[in-house]
Amino acid sequence: MAFLELQSLERDFGTVKALDGIEINLNQGEFLSLLGPSGCGKTTALRIVAGFDRPDGGRVVVDGKDVTRVSPNKRDMGMVFQAYSLFPNMTAAQNVEFGLKIRRQDRGGRHKRVEELLELVGLGHAGGRYPHQLSGGMQQRVALARALAIEPRVLLLDEPLSALDAKVRVQLREEIRRIQLELGITTLYVTHDQEEALSVSDHVAVMYRGRIEQMGAPAEMYSAPATPFVAEFIGTMNRLEGTVVDPGTGTVETGGKTITVEAARSKPRGARVLVLVRPETVDVTAANGAGANTFTGEVLTHTFLGPVTRLRISSDDASLIADMPTARAAALPPGSKVDAALPASEARLLDLSDEPLPEIAEEPDPAGP
Amino acid sequence: MTRRHIAPSAVVWLLLGAAYFFIPLLATFLFSLRQLQTGHCCTVASYTWVIHNGQFWHSLKLSVELALETIVVSLILFVPTVYWVHLKVPRLRAVLAFMALVPFVVPPIVLVVGLLNLYKGTPTWFYGQPWGFLVAAYVMLAFPYMFFSLDSGFRAIDVHTLTEASQSLGASWPRTLLTVILPNIRAAALAGSFLALAIVLGEFTIANLSQFHTFPIYLQYVNETQAYAAGAATLVSFGITWLAMLSLLFVGRKRGQRAAFLAGAR
Repeated sequence: MAFLELQSLERDFGTVKALDGIEINLNQGEFLSLLGPSGCGKTTALRIVAGFDRPDGGRVVVDGKDVTRVSPNKRDMGMVFQAYSLFPNMTAAQNVEFGLKIRRQDRGGRHKRVEELLELVGLGHAGGRYPHQLSGGMQQRVALARALAIEPRVLLLDEPLSALDAKVRVQLREEIRRIQLELGITTLYVTHDQEEALSVSDHVAVMYRGRIEQMGAPAEMYSAPATPFVAEFIGTMNRLEGTVVDPGTGTVETGGKTITVEAARSKPRGARVLVLVRPETVDVTAANGAGANTFTGEVLTHTFLGPVTRLRISSDDASLIADMPTARAAALPPGSKVDAALPASEARLLDLSDEPLPEIAEEPDPAGP
Repeated sequence: MTRRHIAPSAVVWLLLGAAYFFIPLLATFLFSLRQLQTGHCCTVASYTWVIHNGQFWHSLKLSVELALETIVVSLILFVPTVYWVHLKVPRLRAVLAFMALVPFVVPPIVLVVGLLNLYKGTPTWFYGQPWGFLVAAYVMLAFPYMFFSLDSGFRAIDVHTLTEASQSLGASWPRTLLTVILPNIRAAALAGSFLALAIVLGEFTIANLSQFHTFPIYLQYVNETQAYAAGAATLVSFGITWLAMLSLLFVGRKRGQRAAFLAGAR
């Protein structure tokens, strides 16, 4: 049986359904990220697990016990917040000690534990400092140590890195994962940053409009998105709307052009589909007459991403994004005519319902309800 | 640290402000040094009289006690209230702010007549005693000052996150309030307390109409009978008020800061 279970959680804020039947089962020691744009309900779900909010329906079960109605101070859950949450009137060590004092641990044991934890988060030297004397990254480390001090049954992290610099963010997320593995603590992590979620989690649940769109291992989420939303939200995708013309050969018509997509062989004729192609699988060469599955167009922009360069290509039939090694991209500057070939075997297909595709903001607002 | 440049106009305004503040004190001081018989300078007879006057000390003690009681009652009533409003019912903040204006709008004379009528028939230990009736009135008078001080204090901290962090670590509501919230609004609570102290030590109308012999009443009495002594009494009480404020500041500090404060004072 799973250690942490969220059973058909429902939460309404007025007319908005913040949670619409959330089901999560997490085994002991696993790390699950709730990933989604702001307002998708991920923070609400976390707050319900923490006990700061009550669901309108459904249950939260920890280790076989229903804790839905248990008040937050009786739940034994460690929480790290998005905002800096250290008690300003206490030193780092006193902050870490707080939960132990409440549990009436003896002084000697407390001090030893505080030392261990500060050491664990790499701040053995900073115990005597007050929060305002610590950098943002250090404060979040102390907050993590404080949450872990009480040996919580579940660790909850609510966008703990979103206020930090990019570099500190990467460093700290790896450290969170290291500590989590070391302690084997069941962890629920909320983030809107897909890179963060993919890099540290055992499982990722992508949420949208109060529902879980897809849940799975990070690699699975990336390579096999189950819905158009997930495809768009995780990584970058070329999305081409089309219609299956010939399932026998896997021919799909899109934007007045026919391409071959192997995945289309299983679809009925006339099915409306979304063809998904990762930018790194698009093969771009200087224009030399169209081959199969090839769009001829013009390079609009280059975006330098380090080892790869992202090209925006505009053809008459579609606009595409392609990633290619930076060294090769230099030969195809903006304005050059190119052929962009889509791989027939690696493109994925999703059935397109009549529902309009969700719009996703470039940089989701971290301050969700 | 670099020295900050101070604009000449700022100096002028500062001097004007200081003059406005100190000239009355100085005048009172000179006045209090006159001899009772001749009206000429200089004698400390008035001060001797004040210091050896039992009624002076008695009424001053009563006023200080009333002030402290007002502060304690106000803090017990308003800290949890303002905390709860900030945390759970922020919409009520506007209502509280409006209520806090009432003591400004209603003149004390009206207030006291209303209160005397309202509390008529309550037990004597309340109605007939300054620490019953008067403090009840003073808590109302101090409410705006307490409320606006505390309100700004609560705005300055992240009440929600601190509360939730404390709770997730296992703290109960009272524990959260006492060990997490209160230390972080200390400055605001202190500011409100100062104002309450000042108000109670200077309140005349209500004490007079409800016939309690607080310090301002005594001062008024002396002023009518012995003008020079009244000057001396005013200055002595002024000094004592400042001492009271300083000690309140001192009590409000944390242990470590207290030691630093003492070291700095030496």
